[in-house]
Amino acid sequence: MEIIVCIKQVPETRDVAVDEQTGVLLREGVDSILNPFDLYALEAGIRLKEQYGGRVTVISMGPPQAEAVIREAYMMGADRGFLLTDRAFAGADTLATALALAAGIEKIGGFDVIICGLQTTDGDTAQVGPGIAEILGLPHEANVISLGTVVDRKLNVVRDGGASIDTVAIELPCLITVSKSIGEPRLLSYRRKLAMADAAVTHWSAGDLGKDVRMFGLKGSPTQVERIFPPETLTSQEIWEGSAAELSTRLAEKLRELKFVGGDMA
Amino acid sequence: MAYARITSADLARLQEICGAEWVLWGEAISSDFYHDELSLEGHPPEVVVRPQTTEQVAEILAYCWERSIPVTPRGAGTGLCGGAVAIYGGVLLVTDRMDRILEIDQENLMAVVEPGVLLMDFQKAVEDVGLFYPPDPGEKTATIGGNVSTNAGGMRAVKYGVTRDWVLGLEAVLPNGQIITCGGKVVKNSSGYSLTDLLIGSEGTLAVITKIIVKLLPLPRRQISLLVPFDGLQEAVAAVPKILSSGEIPAAVEFFQQEIIHAAEKYLGRSFPHSTAPAYLLLTFLGNNLAELERAYTEVAEVCLAQGAIDVFIANTADRQEGLWECRGAFLEAIKGMGELDEVDVVVPPNRIAELVEFAESLAQEYKLPIVSFGHAGDGNLHIYMLRGERSREEWLALTEQAMERIYTEAKRLSGQVSGEHGIGLAKRRYLADSLGPEQLRLLQSIKAAFDPKNLLNPGKIISV
Repeated sequence: MEIIVCIKQVPETRDVAVDEQTGVLLREGVDSILNPFDLYALEAGIRLKEQYGGRVTVISMGPPQAEAVIREAYMMGADRGFLLTDRAFAGADTLATALALAAGIEKIGGFDVIICGLQTTDGDTAQVGPGIAEILGLPHEANVISLGTVVDRKLNVVRDGGASIDTVAIELPCLITVSKSIGEPRLLSYRRKLAMADAAVTHWSAGDLGKDVRMFGLKGSPTQVERIFPPETLTSQEIWEGSAAELSTRLAEKLRELKFVGGDMA
Repeated sequence: MAYARITSADLARLQEICGAEWVLWGEAISSDFYHDELSLEGHPPEVVVRPQTTEQVAEILAYCWERSIPVTPRGAGTGLCGGAVAIYGGVLLVTDRMDRILEIDQENLMAVVEPGVLLMDFQKAVEDVGLFYPPDPGEKTATIGGNVSTNAGGMRAVKYGVTRDWVLGLEAVLPNGQIITCGGKVVKNSSGYSLTDLLIGSEGTLAVITKIIVKLLPLPRRQISLLVPFDGLQEAVAAVPKILSSGEIPAAVEFFQQEIIHAAEKYLGRSFPHSTAPAYLLLTFLGNNLAELERAYTEVAEVCLAQGAIDVFIANTADRQEGLWECRGAFLEAIKGMGELDEVDVVVPPNRIAELVEFAESLAQEYKLPIVSFGHAGDGNLHIYMLRGERSREEWLALTEQAMERIYTEAKRLSGQVSGEHGIGLAKRRYLADSLGPEQLRLLQSIKAAFDPKNLLNPGKIISV
């Protein structure tokens, strides 16, 4: 089975502040890491490879130093990697990003499954995965929480659709985005690091993709970020008094009203 | 000696000192105060007092001295040897209200705290200003006062030492109510016998600690952990001296077996990133940049592979490390979930720990006793837990006593000590006496008598008088 996993290098977001005046992330002293959701995409891909054989290929778009996250994917179990790196890709919104990655995947060719993390921790849009699938004309499912088996060229998955949890069989080739429920991602293997020390990472420029380069980067982006700001935090409090039984019933009602829990009150 | 029982006049006086709401007696005393985290039987104190100031502590002790009432100091009650249990009744003096961080001195890299400050709160407070308090006992809800009283160690002892290495001075109240200060905000001190060092690890038998001066370090900015699987516990533990002599000292070197990972996974409801190997080492490196840390871990990874490690797994992000250390932190709770147990906390020279582990394993076989061990491989401190399992209590107690006896004898043969970090308290008095021998025991008794001639402060702990 040929598996492609899309990954991204993002700033490590703990305690990252946003300059409220300029809307710019304050990245000073912040390390770059592999997008945490992509660890789960890699884990899903490597598990499929372990079960069905084949190969895990990773692809990323970013500056040359983003090669670090491809090397990290090698240490988890990926077999080869492609980095789309070119100034022409800079400033891409989700559409231009999806177009570039789709073009790269087309050029790699011969895949059965494309796996993306649910979203990135720097953009949080969750649009790029489904975007790639639409561009490539592939069936796709987002927010997959569990992988099943492949039967008759169909991949069985369980997806969380918000209102319902559905078991779906998707015809290959397809694209899925996976959530953190998919399984604990494995750690980086030092033995894999040694084994893959000489493995190359293929760099492609915008021109290498054989498309009109005006569809990539800032030029190809119909949306622009006007302002980035931290979400507002609510500080209002409610204080309730009553017996334990009354209070627990009331608390359960409130949690249900806020949709923090589901189910019947019976 | 005969101790006085608490009378209503005593209660009135204690209420007068602390305020009525901070004195509990009779049925108002929760049974939580009867025991600590691991002692087998409970002892109710006659009265629980919760003073807030040094002066109140001094007045309480002076009064009890006058009346010959025993006083047992207690922090958060998270000890494991019965040290904070009032075995003779009397007053249980709880320091939970003395919980202020009085000063974080960024110029001198020092802090002054009251004894009731919780370790986790203190660690966070200093980290918030870019500083670092290196001692890292597993029990984060313990008080700093309790840490000082037991000379608690923890995970980072291999590189940074134990609580004693970070305490520069103390304020304490003697059993007769006199307040003393020893040591201070000085980095060096050669001024006579160190009473500070004598009070550290004295488990509340010599004085009640009311203020603590500790030193701090700049906070290391980066951390990387390695999880190293081995084919067996022997192989894992035997690799440790090689790691320590490789030139890169990790901040922590822990070891554990597969069984306890599964128990912790069940307890936490989350899965550990790797659990197919029989035994593991878990290492942490602290530093200021990733390149420096990568150099350090590469060297150690090579040593581990040369020593037969299956692989070396690298946790390079905060999330990944949290998954590992959260699991390590849950070991004790997970083991407690396996039923009644008793524990040994012996320490041997780091290069002898493999022999001790092997001995514990052979005992488990011989007595058919479920024994779980894990601990601080890098500093030679082994925690061995003996589980009751399906046995009757009587049979289990008899078996553990025999097994314990033999472990302590073996530890002594390996040039070890009775307790690495939990203390002696009530549970290990006999083993300490055996280990010290008559001359040293007599010296300890003289020291106790010099501080506490009426044997009122935490009587019956560490040594018999």
